[in-house]
Amino acid sequence: MNYGIDQDRLIEIDSILREDLIEIGVDYVLMIDTAGNTIAKCDSGAHSYDVASLAALAAGNYATVDAMAKIVGEQEFSLLFHKGENVSIHFSMINEEFLLIILFGKEVSLGFLRLKVAEAIDKIRALWK
Amino acid sequence: MAFINMRTNEVQVKIVYYGPGRGGKTSNLEYINKKFRERIKTEMVSIKTHGDRTLFFDFLPFDIGKIKGYDIKIQMYTVPGQVKYNATRKLVLKGVDGLVFVADAMAERRRHNLLSLKQLQENLAEYKKSIFKIPLILQYNKMDLKDRGVPLLSLETLEQDLNSKLKAPSYPASAITGENVVVTLKKIISVTMAAIQRELK
Ligand SMILES: Nc1nc2c(ncn2[C@@H]2O[C@H](COP(=O)(O)OP(=O)(O)OP(=O)(O)O)[C@@H](O)[C@H]2O)c(=O)[nH]1
Ligand SMILES: [Mg+2]
Repeated sequence: MNYGIDQDRLIEIDSILREDLIEIGVDYVLMIDTAGNTIAKCDSGAHSYDVASLAALAAGNYATVDAMAKIVGEQEFSLLFHKGENVSIHFSMINEEFLLIILFGKEVSLGFLRLKVAEAIDKIRALWK
Repeated sequence: MAFINMRTNEVQVKIVYYGPGRGGKTSNLEYINKKFRERIKTEMVSIKTHGDRTLFFDFLPFDIGKIKGYDIKIQMYTVPGQVKYNATRKLVLKGVDGLVFVADAMAERRRHNLLSLKQLQENLAEYKKSIFKIPLILQYNKMDLKDRGVPLLSLETLEQDLNSKLKAPSYPASAITGENVVVTLKKIISVTMAAIQRELK
């Protein structure tokens, strides 16, 4: 019933999140599982958020959109993005189990972010190969 | 499915309060939140309707300190009890480690308890989990109403209806006065941790 991820992999995930995402100006990166557990988190130190609540809500949000997709016969709705005045949130799926949640400000362009997210996700997936 | 972070030695455990609409699931978490306010660092999250019915879930994290060197983080959720919300109920059950079934002891709610428990069994089965194997506590809530002359189901009837096959630990309780709310919480944590520890070596 339990599952774990070994230390080496977590360290690798951490450095991928830091190098690919925090380095380009993202405020906060969270890797969560679809049950709402926090797997890894990385931040720029600029803000502090209630991470456990964010993870629970993000997992719920993702699951809701996913369930809606199934009802209308879509595999998935690929882009999940909430834009705010100062902070925006970007969701993406790493695989069946894991999601990547990114909080970022106005300075980061969505196009560039998406590119970097795709790179980071490829690298994380490769850790399980 | 408890997540064990081998880097920070942290274990995240998901406990879900399940049961019929208006049975007192949210009230249980509200009582715990008030009682342990100084130990809970964040606000309780409630996604609810204007009428204060749970729409998606309530969420309350609760750190219980270390067991065998692991930092244990309990994450408590409630499901929405209203019949029409079964799709979201299922989502909340994803990855559940332990369950508290909050039954409503009011006589008129007898059928709702039965239906809700039956649906819980079905919902768990969709995740390939058995209601007979998962850590589970039954709570017979609203016992305080007896003093106010509201017709309640007897404990025998509740046991017969809900617990004759499950044989889970069960407690009469009141989420309003707090009777057995903390007892229920402690019991589900200990039963769930025992199940997790059997797998933690
Ligand atoms: N007298 C009494 N009232 C209770 C008790 N527990 C809950 N209530 C009341 O019952 C109503 C419903 O309680 P909630 O905690 O919102 O019930 P719920 O199970 O979360 O309901 P849903 O979110 O719709 O599934 C509220 O008005 C509570 O004040 C109890 O132990 N005694
Ligand atoms: Mg509720």
